Amino acid sequence: MLDMLKSVFSNLSRKPVTRMYPFEERKPFDINRGHLENNIDECIFCGMCQRVCPSNCIKVDRKTSVWEYDPFECVLCGVCVEKCPKKCLKLDVHYRSCTDKKYNIHLEKHDDSEKAGA
Amino acid sequence: MSDKSTIPFGPQHPVLPEPIHLKLVVEDEKVVEAYPAFGFVHRGLETLAQKKDFNQMVYVVERVCGICSCMHGQDYCEAIEELMGIEVPVRAEYLRTIWAELHRIHSHLLWLGLFADAFGFENLFMQTWKIREKIMDILEATSGNRVIISVNIVGGVRKDINSEQAKWILKELDEVERQLKDINDVVMNNYTVKQRTVGIGVLTKEEAYELGATGPMAKGSGVDLDLRTTGYAAYKYLDFEPIVEKAGDSYARNLVRMREIFQSIDLIRQALGKIPDGEINVPVKGNPPAGEVISRLEQSRGEVVYYIKSNGTKFLDRLRIRTPTFANIPALLKILPGSQLQDVPVLILTIDPCISCTER
Repeated sequence: MLDMLKSVFSNLSRKPVTRMYPFEERKPFDINRGHLENNIDECIFCGMCQRVCPSNCIKVDRKTSVWEYDPFECVLCGVCVEKCPKKCLKLDVHYRSCTDKKYNIHLEKHDDSEKAGA
Repeated sequence: MSDKSTIPFGPQHPVLPEPIHLKLVVEDEKVVEAYPAFGFVHRGLETLAQKKDFNQMVYVVERVCGICSCMHGQDYCEAIEELMGIEVPVRAEYLRTIWAELHRIHSHLLWLGLFADAFGFENLFMQTWKIREKIMDILEATSGNRVIISVNIVGGVRKDINSEQAKWILKELDEVERQLKDINDVVMNNYTVKQRTVGIGVLTKEEAYELGATGPMAKGSGVDLDLRTTGYAAYKYLDFEPIVEKAGDSYARNLVRMREIFQSIDLIRQALGKIPDGEINVPVKGNPPAGEVISRLEQSRGEVVYYIKSNGTKFLDRLRIRTPTFANIPALLKILPGSQLQDVPVLILTIDPCISCTER
């Protein structure tokens, strides 16, 4: 009947296992798949990320140099990051904050920067 | 005879984490018949095999189940590798085994918590889930995600475990084992646990075999069936015996799962000790050739079967998944009649139901 007493006593003298979340956050692990970011200046719009994505959340338009991404469809598998030839995609360790509205991430490369690059 | 009545159990019920409906015919407090109804979480994932290419499907099959997701991906990859004749590097086999065993530990701990909650032992529930967090941390630190770790790909694995991480995992496992030993005494000897499980829902060895029960449900009844002994992945290099209990009641199934957690810790220690250096994946070229393949492996709940029919293109013709819970439903319907109404939640949880697996 008193089998749990040992854990009761050890828990009495220990600090809580849980954290007061918004005030105290755990440091994320180094390889945490938090959210996807694209360094658009490096992007060549090859469309590889769009082709390998299992959830079809990335749309690339080569003609207009537009990279569009739906963070709510993304499953954070990280395949696009592995396949990106220019390594401009990266997974940040921090998660996106909560929201009550859905949005798309729309990134464009302007002609000026292309000329500057060329 | 006239005092028979029919009551619905589920699909929404306080002890059920997932929706399953049972129509129970009761005579006073005694269950005399039980009829199941499924289909509340059907998502049509098998059909997606015709829409996504075979590499993308790895991430879809991982989402069949949240708890044994790694093993679903592993089984699918092993099936495609068999079809394409790919030899996976030995290091990748070891890594797959380590992640699969970590999943087995966290699945059994999750189940133990839910089981304790089903008979009102809140303290045990909290303690087991506290221990489980350490395993989730290991998964997150080695793969990048807590639950759906997405490490398996056709041709190997995507992530590696370095020697520093291996040392840290062994240290964490020592701590998990120490805390589990305290819990183990409670699960084995506690008056409340024994009153609610010993002699409840007895399934004999013959019944378990005939009804096709699998996993701890079969092992608890003395059926010596563990697919890990067939030596897929790195199990052929590791030393272990399937865990079998003879009694066939809820307590025996409880013991099987509890002992399997310790066995998994031992298997991870063996694997981390023996893991060779080398590549973690091999490049995959081309599409799977036309043909059929069946691949099976031992999940935490029992045997999972993948049937794949390929037509030579990058899309598969047919993907069929037989999950362990589906195989254990006939055994559940066998042990329900004759039980008391208050034991029904315990009996349902004793098969470790995963409804999202069953309905895909």
